[in-house]
Amino acid sequence: MAAYLVRRVVGMVVLLFLLSVTVFVLFNLLPGDPARLTCGKACTPQIIEANRHRLGLDQPVLTQYTNFVKGIFFGRTFSEDSPEPIICHAPCLGYSYNRHQQVLAAIADAAPVTFWLAVGAFLIWIVVGISMGILAALNRGSWVDRTIMGISLIGYSMPSFFIGLLLIFFVIIRFNWLPFPSYVSPFDNPIQFLQTMILPWIVLAVLNAAFYMRLTRNQVLEVFGDDYIRTARAKGLPERVVVVKHALRAGLTPIVTAAGLDLAYLLGGAIISENIFNLPGLGSLAVGSVLNSDLPLITGITLVTATIIIFANLVVDLLYAVIDPRVRVG
Amino acid sequence: MISDGVITDSEVMRREAALDRQFLTVNDLAVAFPTEDGLVRAVDGVSLSLEKGKTLAIVGESGSGKSVTAQAIMGLVNRKAAKVTGEIWLDGQELVAMPDDDVQALRGDEMAMIFQDPMSSLHPFYRIGDQIVEAIRAHRSMGRSFARREALEMLRHVGIPAVERRIDAYPHQLSGGMRQRVMIAMALINSPDLLIADEPTTALDVTVQAQIMELIQSLQAEFGTTVILITHDLGIVADVADEVAVMYGGRIVELGPTRAIYDNPEMPYTLGLLSSIPRMDRDPNKRLDPIRGNPPSPIKLPKGCVFQPRCNYFERVPGGRCFTERPELLEAELDHSVRCHIPHEERQQIANDVLHALTGGPTPL
Ligand SMILES: Nc1ncnc2c1ncn2[C@@H]1O[C@H](COP(=O)(O)OP(=O)(O)OP(=O)(O)O)[C@@H](O)[C@H]1O
Ligand code: SF4
Ligand SMILES: [Mg+2]
Repeated sequence: MAAYLVRRVVGMVVLLFLLSVTVFVLFNLLPGDPARLTCGKACTPQIIEANRHRLGLDQPVLTQYTNFVKGIFFGRTFSEDSPEPIICHAPCLGYSYNRHQQVLAAIADAAPVTFWLAVGAFLIWIVVGISMGILAALNRGSWVDRTIMGISLIGYSMPSFFIGLLLIFFVIIRFNWLPFPSYVSPFDNPIQFLQTMILPWIVLAVLNAAFYMRLTRNQVLEVFGDDYIRTARAKGLPERVVVVKHALRAGLTPIVTAAGLDLAYLLGGAIISENIFNLPGLGSLAVGSVLNSDLPLITGITLVTATIIIFANLVVDLLYAVIDPRVRVG
Repeated sequence: MISDGVITDSEVMRREAALDRQFLTVNDLAVAFPTEDGLVRAVDGVSLSLEKGKTLAIVGESGSGKSVTAQAIMGLVNRKAAKVTGEIWLDGQELVAMPDDDVQALRGDEMAMIFQDPMSSLHPFYRIGDQIVEAIRAHRSMGRSFARREALEMLRHVGIPAVERRIDAYPHQLSGGMRQRVMIAMALINSPDLLIADEPTTALDVTVQAQIMELIQSLQAEFGTTVILITHDLGIVADVADEVAVMYGGRIVELGPTRAIYDNPEMPYTLGLLSSIPRMDRDPNKRLDPIRGNPPSPIKLPKGCVFQPRCNYFERVPGGRCFTERPELLEAELDHSVRCHIPHEERQQIANDVLHALTGGPTPL
């Protein structure tokens, strides 16, 4: 187990290294002059050259990369020869001249929004998806099962932006059940936080909830046909114990895995939800950075989200090994 | 000798006395699954009885309803998915009409079951010791450590080496034979009166098969357990069973003491089964082609005798009754019942000829 853990962590580090190289090379070798993109309409040849120098874009790519990596571990300073050098402490992910802000600070501002969005949506989709799936499985073939599967199909086939717009139109504009969304931290104003987040949560959760209803139902039904469930009944265990301790334990294990990964990929779905509801999260930040060709910010966001996904993978695999004893040997 | 269906007074008295001793009696058991393709009559009119401590073997081809019969006795047939009718009397209690909770209380306590595939029959996520402890505590209020000690003792009893270590193993860490020993330990942990073993050795290596059968037999002798053994292996049956029920198409077609079934088989299907097993005393060159054709679909059973499409002798029955009329399971000899329209003496004659051709003499056990 310890050896397995070490192997996985080393693999993770290697993967991150390769990823950082790829991202760096990709974004720096693309056609177009990154220095030209730092000043927009205000550009004059002097400003472009000055920015090129300040960003270190006049140096060879390899030097740029090592500076970048050094910055992550030891911090770095931008505009060293100017009167007001910008000191970026480790872990320094770069500086966005476009926003006049350190990349890490921009990400740190946006991350909590996305975090809360993801956590809320995750809880909704897991609780709704799994409980409805179990309910459908236990009532297989009955109207309960058919209703739930019908709901799942509808949720599955509606694009989330459409659901989002519908919700905004009816819940907010038409019936005024909720005020217009305006993000605040849950610690500052929990009521407004909930009022703002509930619709984005729903929009983000619908697709996965629909998917998990089906997944859970099929998984539980499959396990019900397994021989060890028959053994559990043959022992004379109460049906409740057979269902919870034997069937769900085995049936939900793969779902835990899938859920962990889907949570990481939720970041992708967050872009739509954040933009529809105007939430200042990572999704909005990423879209903005792309529209502004803000290379340092794009690089930083890409690396941070990739790290989260890779880390989630690791956690899920370890979790799986804890749940399923058969995995531990390997 | 008693001819078909005629019973004398003294015989009636003998039977009533025997009925009192019967530990398990099944009357006209039927299990039908409604499916999209139609009603699957998996078991249709099975009746049998068994004295305490005896062994009944149920034999028959795949799909003949052996497992469903066993699962119906155990109350393991899902009542939402199937219609179960008839009576099952276990030690004076009727199980078919009994509420689910009461049957559940008997399961694993009065009656227990082991299955064909010991790998998939144990839960992959729980240690074997914990699985046995769970079986104990399902029926007896006992502290964990006491139950664990009992589980340890039972595992040792079924011949698992280094039990102190093995008790904390997961099923995938044990061999097939060891797993089946664990299943046996788990089944017998609450000293059930009835043990149903559904092809307990089919999934195991040949060398291990004999060991597992020996274990079941010795534990049966020790605990006085009544055993129902479901198997394809007629070789095993001859060694261990007191009674044999031959199943075909969801019903019993021949039922009797093991000796009677082996020495004087009468139903053409039984004859086919017996002549298709290789035996030392037979000339291998004279082995008959087992039984031609395929088992009937339980959705569309033949109208007359369910065995008719595969029977070599239906022409002997006048008036085409084999096509139109289901034969009853009737007593041909003492405790030996047969389901066939051909008269008893003629059946014996046929059997003699067939077995004679195989061995050059009557089949010894
Ligand atoms: N849950 C079910 N739904 C529908 N049909 C079923 C169900 N369980 C069993 N059957 C059918 O009932 C028939 C008898 O099955 P059973 O398992 O008792 O056969 P078997 O004699 O044990 O065969 P084998 O030797 O292969 O184990 C088969 O045709 C099977 O397809
Ligand atoms: S009843 Fe007819 S078809 Fe059936 S076994 Fe006897 S002879 Fe064959
Ligand atoms: Mg079977």
